[in-house]
Amino acid sequence: MSVEAHEMPRLPDVDPLEDKPESIPQAARRKLSSPWASFIVVVITFLWTIPTLGLLITSLRPAADAQNSGWWTFFANPAVTFSNYAEVITGGDTIPSGITPYFFNSFAIAIPAAIFPLTLACMAAYALAWVRFKWSTAVFFGIFALQVVPLQMALLPLLQMFNLGWSLGPIPIFPDLNRPGSEQSLLAGTYIPLWIAHTMFALPLAIFLIHNFIAQLPRDLMEAARVDGASHFLIFRKIVLPLSVPAIASFAIFQFLWVWNDLLVALTFAGGTPDVAPVTAYLANVKGTYGAQLHLITAGAFIAIVVPLIVFFALQRYFVRGLLAGSVKG
Amino acid sequence: MSQPVRFDDVSLVYPGTTDPAVSHLNLDIGEGEFLVLVGPSGCGKSTSLRMLAGLEPISAGHIYIGDRDVTNVAAKDRDIAMVFQNYALYPHMSVAENMAFALKIQKVSKDDIDRRVKEAAALLDLTEYLERKPKALSGGQRQRVAMGRAIVREPQVFLMDEPLSNLDAKLRVQTRTQIAALQRRLGTTTVYVTHDQVEAMTMGDRVAVLKDGLLQQVDSPRALYDEPTNAFVATFIGSPSMNIVPVTVSDGGVMMGDHHVPIERSLLDKVRGGTAQLGVRPEDLHLSDTGATMTVTLVEELGADTFVYGDMATADGRDVSLVARDRSHAAPRMGDKVHVTPERTYLFQDDGDAERIF
Repeated sequence: MSVEAHEMPRLPDVDPLEDKPESIPQAARRKLSSPWASFIVVVITFLWTIPTLGLLITSLRPAADAQNSGWWTFFANPAVTFSNYAEVITGGDTIPSGITPYFFNSFAIAIPAAIFPLTLACMAAYALAWVRFKWSTAVFFGIFALQVVPLQMALLPLLQMFNLGWSLGPIPIFPDLNRPGSEQSLLAGTYIPLWIAHTMFALPLAIFLIHNFIAQLPRDLMEAARVDGASHFLIFRKIVLPLSVPAIASFAIFQFLWVWNDLLVALTFAGGTPDVAPVTAYLANVKGTYGAQLHLITAGAFIAIVVPLIVFFALQRYFVRGLLAGSVKG
Repeated sequence: MSQPVRFDDVSLVYPGTTDPAVSHLNLDIGEGEFLVLVGPSGCGKSTSLRMLAGLEPISAGHIYIGDRDVTNVAAKDRDIAMVFQNYALYPHMSVAENMAFALKIQKVSKDDIDRRVKEAAALLDLTEYLERKPKALSGGQRQRVAMGRAIVREPQVFLMDEPLSNLDAKLRVQTRTQIAALQRRLGTTTVYVTHDQVEAMTMGDRVAVLKDGLLQQVDSPRALYDEPTNAFVATFIGSPSMNIVPVTVSDGGVMMGDHHVPIERSLLDKVRGGTAQLGVRPEDLHLSDTGATMTVTLVEELGADTFVYGDMATADGRDVSLVARDRSHAAPRMGDKVHVTPERTYLFQDDGDAERIF
């Protein structure tokens, strides 16, 4: 009440902006920035971070502490050691083999498995969006529809294809790569099946997402480039690719993280061969064999999340909007 | 470098439609000529330009640039430069890179590119902005960059698709004269599309008026104004537009409201069906003591001119709006009854194309 008494008398038309109807983003921003919304977001963030915090703390506790008491008792009885990490990285008394080679396997799988589908998807998306050809819409919807197929359904047929080859009647689609006189395919123990599988599984969504972005680039830009004498390939390389960086980067992050965290595809196509198994397979193995060694599993898990975190923070600036500002008016 | 352009019976029917967007267009554009395509929206002027650019397929007919039939030549191989309505600058390239883009594709040597870009920039007053990105430029500067991108090409033909419509009124008038002067200097054949008849009249060597995909008339601005082929061209060219009054033929003339306008017998004989449309330009309609009675509805004072708008009852009882330009500086007021007499008149048929009789 006293506050009201001190308020300046307000003229009816103090703020001309007040009468203007809010745009939708403005309204959304105002609603989301209310104190209550902020409070709820903070609470949710805190709750969702607790398990990760527990993971981090457990990984830093000495073996005996970690096995005998919950991680929260750490605050009453703090004791920090890095020996868990040392053991997981290089191998030690409990676990003979360290995570390091698997860590590099993960990179060797995830980087090409992100680059291949991106390259193919960008070109396919450009063609579907900007090259006039018969049935282009049908092809696009066909690709889009492929997303309905769960990848689990394709695992065994794919595995069979890699091992035995695949032919439609007399026409070979994928050659039988078995070494003469051997039970093993040439592809066994290589990253190639993993790359191919991840690329195939990623393509429908990648084409769909990037197509939608590329199709929204201004038509005039493409036409200006055509009149300037550019071929489709030049338009793609000089105009479309640079302008699609936000879409490409966000899909690259998405795909890299997906492959990095994937266990199912890795187990199916590289399960039996430690030479090519990724970190996830290593962790699953450690979990199965040394399930009681909580301090080691958590340390391994933490090493595995470091990379996704770095990738995310390094590339998040590419999510910026407004790259198209100034190109066409209006 | 500059080449003439010829549209030879060109038509375009979009798939899934029956009415052609452009129908049997025949147009010869001389070497170095500045031709303006003008018409209301949807008349096919932009479509015609895009067909010349190779951005729209052609259903029938041929387009020639010089002696070369480019009907089936891809846009990138036509050696034309185009300025788009919204400029279509490459947003991720600097002004210099925007202008050099086409030259790099043509594999022009780096020194040559530098020289030509610098020349064009100097010509367009862009030298200090060469390293900027388009988003850091004002509308007028972007427009000039778009022009520069076309100029450095030294193409056979310039195409401009309403390049001034995104500028504010004052800048538009300024840029209009700059573009016209630039074109005279470069002497490159230019096809310019606009919906603004003032732009068309002030810039073009010749103006082609289109309506519903059909070419109505192509002539010099003066001739279009003085000798329009039909009522559409007559009303489209000129501002305010020509007054059109439905009239009936009666003894040696026509009745404009309650005023008898005498017309030569030989001309009257050409009128089909006893009715016609009388056309009078606002500047030829004078306020006077006698003449057709008009009730004033609006008076526009523009300083140099005063336009008097009013309603006049025709002989068969309909109301027609008229505009008269008054130079007396003693303009009537709203609601006044005044008399107007036409000094110079046109007569159009009262059917189909409303073709001009005289």
